Amino acid sequence: MESKHLYQEVILDHNRKPRNWGKIADATHRAEGLNPLCGDHIWLSLKLDDGKIGGIAFEGESCAICKASSSMMTTNVKGKSIEEAERLIREFRDMSTGNLDTASQPNHLGRLSVFAGVSDLPSRVKCAILPWHTLHAALNSEPTISTEGDRDPVATER
Amino acid sequence: MTSSSSVRQADRPIGALDSERIRADFPILKLEVNGKPLVYLDNAASSQMPQQVIDRLVRYQTAEHANIHRGVHYLSETATAAYEGARAKVQRFINAKEAREVIYTRGTTDSVNLVMHGYGRAFIGAGDEIIVSQLEHHSNIVPWQMLCEEKGAKLRVIPCNDAGELLLEEYAKLFNSHTRFVAITHVSNALGTINPVKEMIATAHQHGVPVLIDGAQAIPHMKVDVQDLDCDFYAFSAHKMCGPTGIGILYGKAALLEKMKPFEGGGDMILSVTFEKTTYNVIPHKFEAGTPPIAAGIGLGAAIDYLESVGMDHIAAQEHDLITYATQAFGELKDVRIIGTARAKAGVLSFTMKGVHPHDVGTILNEEGVAVRTGHHCAQPVMQRFGIPATARASFYLYNTQAEIDELVAALHKVRRIFG
Repeated sequence: MESKHLYQEVILDHNRKPRNWGKIADATHRAEGLNPLCGDHIWLSLKLDDGKIGGIAFEGESCAICKASSSMMTTNVKGKSIEEAERLIREFRDMSTGNLDTASQPNHLGRLSVFAGVSDLPSRVKCAILPWHTLHAALNSEPTISTEGDRDPVATER
Repeated sequence: MTSSSSVRQADRPIGALDSERIRADFPILKLEVNGKPLVYLDNAASSQMPQQVIDRLVRYQTAEHANIHRGVHYLSETATAAYEGARAKVQRFINAKEAREVIYTRGTTDSVNLVMHGYGRAFIGAGDEIIVSQLEHHSNIVPWQMLCEEKGAKLRVIPCNDAGELLLEEYAKLFNSHTRFVAITHVSNALGTINPVKEMIATAHQHGVPVLIDGAQAIPHMKVDVQDLDCDFYAFSAHKMCGPTGIGILYGKAALLEKMKPFEGGGDMILSVTFEKTTYNVIPHKFEAGTPPIAAGIGLGAAIDYLESVGMDHIAAQEHDLITYATQAFGELKDVRIIGTARAKAGVLSFTMKGVHPHDVGTILNEEGVAVRTGHHCAQPVMQRFGIPATARASFYLYNTQAEIDELVAALHKVRRIFG
């Protein structure tokens, strides 16, 4: 795995200039995501309007992979229904864990497939998945999630 | 390996290790990672194993294995002699007064937990205080916190300065009539600071307080003499000193060990058992329930033979050269900040790079074949002290070279190019 595959310009750009950085003042849903192994720590807030994600923002401290994944997630799920967002969450997780080949299998990930390279780097999978896992928690009214323990998104069953 | 080995370097002038010959002993160093020669700089997490230790493990498993301390047959006696022989090597290596003061454990963490359960739970109670330092690994914090929670005791923390050196005046002020125990690290795993433990032990003893030293990061790299230090307990692991995983040592003064309660019950740790009463075995066996990792213990003995054949003074000098060279090279790197600048420092270089998270640094270094550790190094209070979530850490051992540090620096330039 060459870093030029993972650290593509689009990821570096979202890392340098994260979109939707901050918090939604009148958020209907919030969650905190924590990756205790590497210290990634993000806060996500969003506002549901008519069953769709009207506004969404994130902030926190994280590596480039987590920050870019968070940033691109917010731009991708804005305006989407809960169902569409959950589908993206599933597809992103499957891609990151090597269970979805975006080139050959149907999916809705679009440019998010730049993160496919993390599936070759087991220690970085959680960095990419953390914001998606946090979004799932927010939509299901769980205040805090961690990538370790019971809620490990890449635990043994995968 | 015996002292007549081909790698006998101990008689050479200090600081003159023959890197090529040392490296030839470590087969794993010939690996290529991502098409590049492996540059292994994660020795503070675990060191690599020389052929001499690998051969000893194979010989044991091929021709000497049986369970120990019970059989009357040839193999059991051979295995027992080798395993107890390794204990005697440890005793000599750390200059313990007696072999029975050397207890086999699963590693440093297990050693600390043994003291917490065997000594702490028996002799520390409500309102008592335990002193640890800001620089501890989680393994020398969490067991004491668990004890404090159970007993209603209190944890006191020795602070450090911006260089990562413990403040000895503050340490002296922490003692009062409630102080019952001190648990401190010899060398910080996250920063490399070498603590003046001999002096700190003397301070504690003036107050009649026993001291446990976490020696996991010290014993692989320098001569340790437990009698000279006068520590009450000293804990370390084999896998950071060219030995196998799964085995470690707790040294303890015999008088204290005899006062302590066993931690685990089972076979080998008893003299007699009836349903009415069990009589515990003598030390060290009182603390060694069940069949131990026999091969690993013998491997630890072989690792000590190897380190002694090279010479601990030579190893310390080599690492001092490496950390000096690396610190100088890092000084010329733009935007790189060294975390931990103590005057007395082991071969550990923790650093951050402006605008780049340590995990991204580690991933890109890996592509260049350079193995470093990234994260909080199981020392989150150290990270909190310096206001950072994590660092990247290069840590050196006897087989590392200046050329490898050049590779590390070149790889860091690549990180800078990618992140701009």
